[in-house]
Amino acid sequence: MSISPTQANLYPAEGEVSRNAAGSTFAEVDDSHRIVPAIEFRDVVLAFDERVILNQLSFKVMKGETKIILGGSGGGKSTIIKLVLGLLKPDEGRILVDGEDITDYNELQMMSVRKKIGMVFQEGALFDSLSVYDNVAYRLHEQGRREDEVEPEVRRMLRFVNLEDAIDKMPAELSGGMRRRVGIARALIGDPKIVLFDEPTAGLDPPTARTICELAMKLRDLEDVSSIFVTHEMNNLDYLCSEYAVVNEEGQVVFEREGERLCLTNSKVMMMLEGKIIFSGTDETLRKAADPYIQKFLRGH
Amino acid sequence: MNFVTRSIFELQETTLMTARAVGGLFKGPRYVSETITQMDVIGVGSLTIILLTGFFTGGVMTLQTFPTLAFYGAQAQTGKLVAISLIRELGPVLCALMVCGRVGSAIAAELGSMTASQQIDAMRALGTDPIKKLVAPRLIALVVTLPLLTVVADLVGIGGGGIAATSLYGLSINAFVTSVRDGITADDIIGGVIKPICFAVIIASVACYKGLTTEGGTVGVGRSTTRAVVTASIVVIVTDFFLARALQYILGMPAN
Repeated sequence: MSISPTQANLYPAEGEVSRNAAGSTFAEVDDSHRIVPAIEFRDVVLAFDERVILNQLSFKVMKGETKIILGGSGGGKSTIIKLVLGLLKPDEGRILVDGEDITDYNELQMMSVRKKIGMVFQEGALFDSLSVYDNVAYRLHEQGRREDEVEPEVRRMLRFVNLEDAIDKMPAELSGGMRRRVGIARALIGDPKIVLFDEPTAGLDPPTARTICELAMKLRDLEDVSSIFVTHEMNNLDYLCSEYAVVNEEGQVVFEREGERLCLTNSKVMMMLEGKIIFSGTDETLRKAADPYIQKFLRGH
Repeated sequence: MNFVTRSIFELQETTLMTARAVGGLFKGPRYVSETITQMDVIGVGSLTIILLTGFFTGGVMTLQTFPTLAFYGAQAQTGKLVAISLIRELGPVLCALMVCGRVGSAIAAELGSMTASQQIDAMRALGTDPIKKLVAPRLIALVVTLPLLTVVADLVGIGGGGIAATSLYGLSINAFVTSVRDGITADDIIGGVIKPICFAVIIASVACYKGLTTEGGTVGVGRSTTRAVVTASIVVIVTDFFLARALQYILGMPAN
């Protein structure tokens, strides 16, 4: 991967120990790459004709962090995800993925960036003509991988989302929640270190929504995945900000509430209104915010 | 955007998309199995309607022209008239319009619903270029199959004309076949194959572009499908006029 001049100035090169780390007690642990944000927006502006969608938007998603983006419909939340993937281009500002400035990348250059990113769409966006197996294996088939390599990988991902039994089904035979989970398995194939969730729990019953949030927590806490989680549902915020996934002594994944151990959930919240960030911080500070829109959003009235 | 600006913009975007699809053929990955599937869906799938259209068009040509030719004592020339009309004009245009209605609408609806359900975005997010994966196979499939379908329509049409001439007007089959053989030239056949190649590019480009630019959910899919068929049909008919004139010059066909 080439490092842009911007990146070289701001961050130490890959494999090089940062000056701060070198001087610390833990200098032998080379985690310098972690100070490079997984995703960074710098003064991004996007407008369609006269309508401004994003107005001077700047934020960072650090490595291993889940950034929950809250906001009403039409506030520009999903647009952020499309910009990260290069499906849209900003009018102004810069977008960096893993320290790499992707703003001016063409479609061909974006293909290599997209390999690092998994995307979970609102309705799953499964390919109707392909089975669950072929949907999940899509990325690997496109890379020309051999079938004997593809199958174990597909099964591993479907086990992760608890859907191995549905491997031969067609998307039309799946329920809404199952479609989202297949969408998550498809996004996670190839082990991307950045995963984008675009309202993955919209229209789902609470237990299924909880399952989706648990998958996001497992990715954050056990797989060290950085993610953007776009939502407007408050229970998602509660789950992602107050619980974390750990592996117990029996080797099972369990979810514990923050405070049960010395552990803080690595989730940050950002709230948007009409293309602007009106809040950025933790869920505790969000709940204390005096802004009337935030209070109305939290309380629902 | 007013109508003229929008039309020019759409022409530009459709041309660029087609150029990208053609340019992509020289670089991997190539979707050979997808292309063969499309050839089956488009070519074999359209065969029945093309056979019916071709046969009855040839028949009705004989039905309408034989009495007039007989008035001038030139009924032996029926085969020539039917063959030339079919090969030069009716075969390519009717085939293109039939395929446009059947295949153009299907392409626009399929790509349109994929766009509306974010499958195109998902494809791009998974590192696949939709132009290569979806547009190029359909373009190639149409360019290969439409000329073949046209040739089939021409042959069946001449057959239909022959049956109508012999069974309804008592013309001998030998007279009909001789007149066909004397009437058509190599230039007619070349012109009759060049036209469907151009029409195939038009149908594939317009249908894919309209499908990929669908907006507004399921209602938008219906709108895109209608626009794809209407636009492609009109462009085919307008292009046919200019192609006919151009072929007269290029192939030295009688212009007067």
